[in-house]
Amino acid sequence: MPIVDQQMTKQTSPNSNPPVRKDFLAAKDFNFFYGKKQALYDINIEIPERQVTAFIGPSGCGKSTLLRNFNRMNELIEGVRHEGDIRLLGKSIYDKSVEVISLRRSIGMVFQKSNPFPKSIYENVVYGLRISGQSKKSTLDEAVERSLRGAALWEEVKDRLHESALGLSGGQMQRLCIARAIANRPKVLLMDEPCSALDPIATVKVEELIRELKKEFTIVIVTHNMQQATRCSDETAFFYLGKLIEFDRTQKIFSNPSEKQTEDYITGRFG
Amino acid sequence: MSAPTSQSNSLAHYKSGPDFFRLLCWLASAVTVLTLGWIIFKIVESAWPAIHKFGWDFLTSSAWLPNRERFGVFPFIVGTVVSSFVAILMAFPLGLAIAIFLSENFLPAPVRQVIRFVVEMLAAIPSVVYGLWGIFVVIPLSKSFADWMVSVFGGVPIFAGPAYGNSLFTASIVLAIMILPTITAISRNSLSSVPKTLREGAYALGSTRWEAILGVILPSAAPGIVAATILALGRAMGETMAVAMLIGNSSRLSWSIFSPAGTLAGLLANQFGEAQELQVNSLMYAALILIIITLFVNMIGEAVLRYTQHQTAGIR
Ligand SMILES: Nc1ncnc2c1ncn2[C@@H]1O[C@H](COP(=O)(O)OP(=O)(O)OP(=O)(O)O)[C@@H](O)[C@H]1O
Ligand SMILES: [Mg+2]
Repeated sequence: MPIVDQQMTKQTSPNSNPPVRKDFLAAKDFNFFYGKKQALYDINIEIPERQVTAFIGPSGCGKSTLLRNFNRMNELIEGVRHEGDIRLLGKSIYDKSVEVISLRRSIGMVFQKSNPFPKSIYENVVYGLRISGQSKKSTLDEAVERSLRGAALWEEVKDRLHESALGLSGGQMQRLCIARAIANRPKVLLMDEPCSALDPIATVKVEELIRELKKEFTIVIVTHNMQQATRCSDETAFFYLGKLIEFDRTQKIFSNPSEKQTEDYITGRFG
Repeated sequence: MSAPTSQSNSLAHYKSGPDFFRLLCWLASAVTVLTLGWIIFKIVESAWPAIHKFGWDFLTSSAWLPNRERFGVFPFIVGTVVSSFVAILMAFPLGLAIAIFLSENFLPAPVRQVIRFVVEMLAAIPSVVYGLWGIFVVIPLSKSFADWMVSVFGGVPIFAGPAYGNSLFTASIVLAIMILPTITAISRNSLSSVPKTLREGAYALGSTRWEAILGVILPSAAPGIVAATILALGRAMGETMAVAMLIGNSSRLSWSIFSPAGTLAGLLANQFGEAQELQVNSLMYAALILIIITLFVNMIGEAVLRYTQHQTAGIR
């Protein structure tokens, strides 16, 4: 069985020493509606542990919608409805015992437009820890350094931790948002076009960061940039009109896709 | 291709267009500035004899004795400032709470619409009506509340008895209601214009609704809320009719908020009709002081506003 094969190869690959779980995050027969308008159709996807999974597809195909269902962010919109299930480590995120607050703490999210809070760099990073009741200074200090190092920002800001985060450059702000997300020590990191507002140099930095972060986190990234998908993802999912068309190893998707629609999209014939 | 010529033609049109409007704008601005200058000049001119006679003593003296030609407005300055601050103290928490409830979806949209309409209607009620309502409704209520406060906290100077119906406290209650729409409307506006991305950022980190509101949304809306409060303070300081009807217009200084007091605006409204000579000059002097105080308040407000805006620049 190919699934088992893949899991075996991943277990022995150098980047991921502990065994990886193939269905770390999974959607099952998932449908999603904004009011009467259906945005996702029968999505079945299993996102593997400590890998980077890229979501690609033309604008409006539902990439963000699916991403924002993983941490139940779409529930903030009025009149939405879902069918089917989403599971984190095999457990439904809609289970009555799951608190949406703690779900969001264990699934970090980075947005297209960086959104630092109007606070200091330090306070931005520890925001998640503070609201979960952590106030011990040594713990917070440690988390700030660890997260900023994790987001490859420490060296640039270590002397100005207590200055406003709004004085950072666009690329630095985006990395600060990544630091803020990983400070919670989430299991999954969701990124919705994290580089689309960045210049090429900042983009390279964030991409390097993504490759680094996957040692520790399971990452899902939405991107419109095919090169970016090939550069930093292991798996790629292609969506079209609310449906998951194809999901496979990134290499396979970009060299030898099984579906004609996928091929048309990655070769730029539509989208 | 005929495009270049037609383009340069239309450019020429654009150029001649704004010149006319620019002139109009200049004219309008000049009229505004000149009017303001003229008003201040006239006030200073008619206040001059009093300024000359009393100098700085006018500000610090507590004697307002028209028969003896002795004038000082210290109690009225204090009354103006204190009544407005007490009004802000009462209106700010309420106004901000209403603004939060109107900008977040705690309540169904139609209910919010109704509350918003009602609060904004408060601004449409004429001042004199507030005064009348204050006399017939607020005075009895505030008097019994004040009596109770005096009986419990009477030892504290600001709550000392005896409690009067026409008092600084009564005037402040009505002032608070009058400035509520200002605080609510502007705060609500700045709360609902906090970028969606910031709210989402807060929720995505696992904030509860109140954590998002208190930790992220309120701080981001702070400049607007500060502006709202300052505008409200300015309005409260200049408010005349309702205050003149309720505050008691006393020139006696008292520590207690339950005693009668006076404000500069109330003083002008009450005495201008029968004033003559030096009294008129003194009232004009008082008017000048009122203008300076409100200008000063607005300037502080602007400075705070600019500072907070600088802090939050770049997130919008
Ligand atoms: N808040 C909303 N209310 C109603 N419909 C929405 C809402 N958000 C998205 N949609 C619709 O759902 C569909 C999927 O949108 P989604 O944002 O998930 O697309 P996307 O793949 O992320 O596109 P893009 O690449 O442009 O970001 C679109 O047709 C969109 O119009
Ligand atoms: Mg999107």
